[in-house]
Amino acid sequence: MVNIAVLVKQVPDTNSKIQIAGDMVDLSTVKMDISPYDEFAVENALQHKESGGGTVTAITLGGAGADKVLKGVKALGVDNIVRLDADGYMDSNSLQSVLAEEISSGGYDVVYCGKSAADTGAGSTGPGIAERLGWSSVSNVTEISFDGGLTVTSPAEGGNAIIDVSLPAVVSCDKGSIKVRKSNVKGIMMAKRAQVDVKAVSPPASSVTIVSQVMPPAKPAGKKFEGGDAAQTVAQLLRDEANII
Amino acid sequence: MTETVVIAELSKGKISSTTNELVTAASKLGSNCTIVVPCTESSVANEASNIAGASKVIAAKSDVFANYDASAWAEAIDAVAPSGIIITAASAQSKDLAARLAARRSISVIQDVIEIEGTTLSTPIYSGKAIQNVSVSGNTAISVRANVFAPADNTGNCEVQVIDTTGNVATALKEMVQRASQRLDVSEANIIISGGRGMGTPANFSHLEEIADKLGAAVGASRAAVDTWDEIPHSMQVGQTGKTVNPNLYIAVGISGAIQHLAGMRSSKYIVAINKDADAPIFQHADYGIVATWEDALPVLSSSLSGLLG
Repeated sequence: MVNIAVLVKQVPDTNSKIQIAGDMVDLSTVKMDISPYDEFAVENALQHKESGGGTVTAITLGGAGADKVLKGVKALGVDNIVRLDADGYMDSNSLQSVLAEEISSGGYDVVYCGKSAADTGAGSTGPGIAERLGWSSVSNVTEISFDGGLTVTSPAEGGNAIIDVSLPAVVSCDKGSIKVRKSNVKGIMMAKRAQVDVKAVSPPASSVTIVSQVMPPAKPAGKKFEGGDAAQTVAQLLRDEANII
Repeated sequence: MTETVVIAELSKGKISSTTNELVTAASKLGSNCTIVVPCTESSVANEASNIAGASKVIAAKSDVFANYDASAWAEAIDAVAPSGIIITAASAQSKDLAARLAARRSISVIQDVIEIEGTTLSTPIYSGKAIQNVSVSGNTAISVRANVFAPADNTGNCEVQVIDTTGNVATALKEMVQRASQRLDVSEANIIISGGRGMGTPANFSHLEEIADKLGAAVGASRAAVDTWDEIPHSMQVGQTGKTVNPNLYIAVGISGAIQHLAGMRSSKYIVAINKDADAPIFQHADYGIVATWEDALPVLSSSLSGLLG
């Protein structure tokens, strides 16, 4: 019986427009959703459980608004849902400390997470937690096999590495070829009644402070040409003006 | 004097020029720069000793560097790297390593840095839809995006110290599966030509491949193309749920420029867009836009490139 944890994060829907109010991003009107790669982490966690039995616990870090994401994965078949109650910015050091402590006290054998979250795009959490726990980790995993232990596929220079992973380990997941399951009405009803296990945390102080959030600098208007023959002009510009070819 | 530690980026077993860019980034953060070269043979590190601005090169020699194992690499590098601000490239593997090293030293990590101004670091958030500026106190680990900082010259000459090191390998490489095609992956390429659903059929991507081969470019795709055609694998996808790329040149063909796609490629140095719809959003981000069908534009582009490249 494997004790499986999966880390999920609530982020702005990737199709949403990001706007700035003052000198910070304003998310008040933005639809929030589970971070896309976390969906693959959840699917892999559930398949791991189905391959040989066990329990899957989804863990998030955030305010009460993040319960929606937990209920969403509960509806997919996750057994337990835990929210580490914290709001506001935490740097990677304080965030990973809190998560690693929860993983450690929960007695988990394996942790799945997305390869990066759609808001920061950093991808630090999986390997960072593994280091703190003294576990192995494999990132950007596209395929997983559960036959006779855990075997994963991860990109390496010039191709893909197929790697045997011994537990305990952290596996951070890319899209790959797996299809993620959808929730059904029964699952959604059950998730509605499910209790989120809310836990207080005491993170260490952050050494990183957000100064401001701004829109990317606007690009000066480019040159636009009509008709396919202009490709010759553009090729010449790439040589003479851009010095690229 | 802030100490900086650059972890050399290697490509095909050699020091990549990205390492020179990392030394430039280091010069903005501190004055004493040590380059650590993870290697199985210390001769690899000699090339790094020419990078101007480096005060010392440490050839971290170990068998563990034959294949990437995050925990063994972090342990072996941590053992030989001085304390200070750690600077790595922002490749998938190096970001993973930066996170490991930071956690090992209980410092924070800031990934994908695109600007350094005093102690303020800028990174893209929401896949580049916005930029976050942070200030850092004390030591930290940062990964630096490629093609952002000018590479330091190779006019230096500093000492190379070879130190044997090791780490505990926790994973076992079972097999390396080489990519069938010799073409670069979008995450490794300096030039990318991508196709969208406007290509009509997946077979038409062969026209992109023809140009890619001339330029030594990688072939990418939009999410719409990947979702529509099984023949176009997700590994080719550029965008918020695919790969974020930062090449010198990005050529978008038959791609309208959905916010999802723009997020993954907007920071490319030069962008060329070919689209038959003059109002396609991609043109707002293109340095050079061609309003034409790909059928009209690509043959001309192909023959022009042949002429220019000889």
